[in-house]
Amino acid sequence: MTPDLIYGLTGIAVFGIGLVGALCAQDRLRRVLALKLCSVGAGFLLVVGAWREPPATPDPVPHALVITGIVVMVSATAVALALIRRLQTLEATDER
Amino acid sequence: MVELAAAVLIATGTLFFIAGTVGLLRFPDIFCRLHALTKADGLGLALIALGAALLAGTPGAVFRIVLIWFFVATASATCGHLVARYARQSGAGGGAP
Amino acid sequence: MTDPLMIFDLLLALAIVALAVASLSVRDLFSMIVLFIIFGLLSALAWVRLSAPDVALAEAAIGTGVTGALLLKTLHHLRYVSGTLGQQTALGVTPVAPVPMGIILANAGFCGLITLGLLVAFLGAPATGPGFDALVAEAMPQSGVEHPVTGVLLNFRAYDTLMEVVVLLAAVIAVWQIERGLSDAPAPVMGEVWQGFARLALPAIVVVGTYLLWVGAEAPGGAFQGGAVLAAVGLLLLLTRAYIPQPAHRGVARGAFVLGTAAFALVAILVAGGGRVAFEYPLEHAKTLILLIEGVVTLSIAVTLAALFHGREPVALSEGGRHDT
Repeated sequence: MTPDLIYGLTGIAVFGIGLVGALCAQDRLRRVLALKLCSVGAGFLLVVGAWREPPATPDPVPHALVITGIVVMVSATAVALALIRRLQTLEATDER
Repeated sequence: MVELAAAVLIATGTLFFIAGTVGLLRFPDIFCRLHALTKADGLGLALIALGAALLAGTPGAVFRIVLIWFFVATASATCGHLVARYARQSGAGGGAP
Repeated sequence: MTDPLMIFDLLLALAIVALAVASLSVRDLFSMIVLFIIFGLLSALAWVRLSAPDVALAEAAIGTGVTGALLLKTLHHLRYVSGTLGQQTALGVTPVAPVPMGIILANAGFCGLITLGLLVAFLGAPATGPGFDALVAEAMPQSGVEHPVTGVLLNFRAYDTLMEVVVLLAAVIAVWQIERGLSDAPAPVMGEVWQGFARLALPAIVVVGTYLLWVGAEAPGGAFQGGAVLAAVGLLLLLTRAYIPQPAHRGVARGAFVLGTAAFALVAILVAGGGRVAFEYPLEHAKTLILLIEGVVTLSIAVTLAALFHGREPVALSEGGRHDT
């Protein structure tokens, strides 16, 4: 059982858990966090696809794709969190 | 010979980490848990860093391991202080003065 | 590797999945964020086991560090607005019209089917495909750097990296439109021990961040990892209130945001003189151009991530501000 099989299954499990959380959770912050879990799971699958048996070095192109994906995910998370903060402020002023 | 010494050091460090985790799970109070965590984990980290430094190849790697140990120890001490301060201010843990 | 490490792999994989489940099921939002940060660190460790140290560095610095700081700051703001700052636990706000349980179960069922489909596809896929390693290895001497991932990021697939920097710029533009003015949420008072630690750590962070940028040419590292570590300088300054964003500094901030994208795009277009296409660096100047782009992009990323953490445009709102209907 090689590392890529173990971590590939982990990535799929984390992606599934994140998907369930994103669709079924009630709280907004929890759903944003669940999407981040999905992104980490997808990253696992890409890196597993790039892995080669130890004497050989791994394929660098999926690594670059995952790094790009991580940076894009932090940008999307920052915008989503700003929207959540703004929604909360607007809802609070609506109630008063 | 060097590998044996490094293995003994790393194993002892792991024992200290296990002790700290048991303290985290079993102690009743946040201050007791902080005590277990900062003391045991600090010593465990020092032993593991020492073992890793014995196994390191170049003096540059040893220097980096010492730097890592220094900053992790400082950061964990600062975080322990911040957690204890917040706990005391919010009145948790029996209201110790 | 050898058998003992396979046990380590199994334990790490179990811990990662358990942390993912736990972080989505705890009620307390603060615990959820802390569990997520631990999950991020363990998945960085898993990526080191998969021989992907650059990805591990990027995930630990950007995906876990900066995202964790953003989440904690948002949680603080949410608790302040809903008036629950003094309470011990941070519970979420359930919406007024909660979704009925039947729809939730149907959604969970569909997600389970999707995951099952992914599992079948993953297990049925061939073990190794051709991949790009042979192509990259034979093209590396022309890229100007020795590290394959840096070569792919900044030379072979530089257009993707330019778009990634543009996405960061778009995010800061959006966040500056959404939240403006000064925040009412009280800044947490950090104390003298924290100030001392920040004074100690700040020069070290600058050195480590610059080192990560510089060493990216021949070892794991690079612009994004170095930029995220340098963003920690901005986060420290904002947390200790040593720097409070002023409306007068907005021009400098805007310049810093755009600098990375502009330099990258300019270099990419300007090399297209003399019979080359855009993004085709001339062979003898490739290393210099890559280092130049990386340096400017690192600066831009650090300022952008710190501005995303602060989360608002420092605009002085007028006295009788208009209320949106």
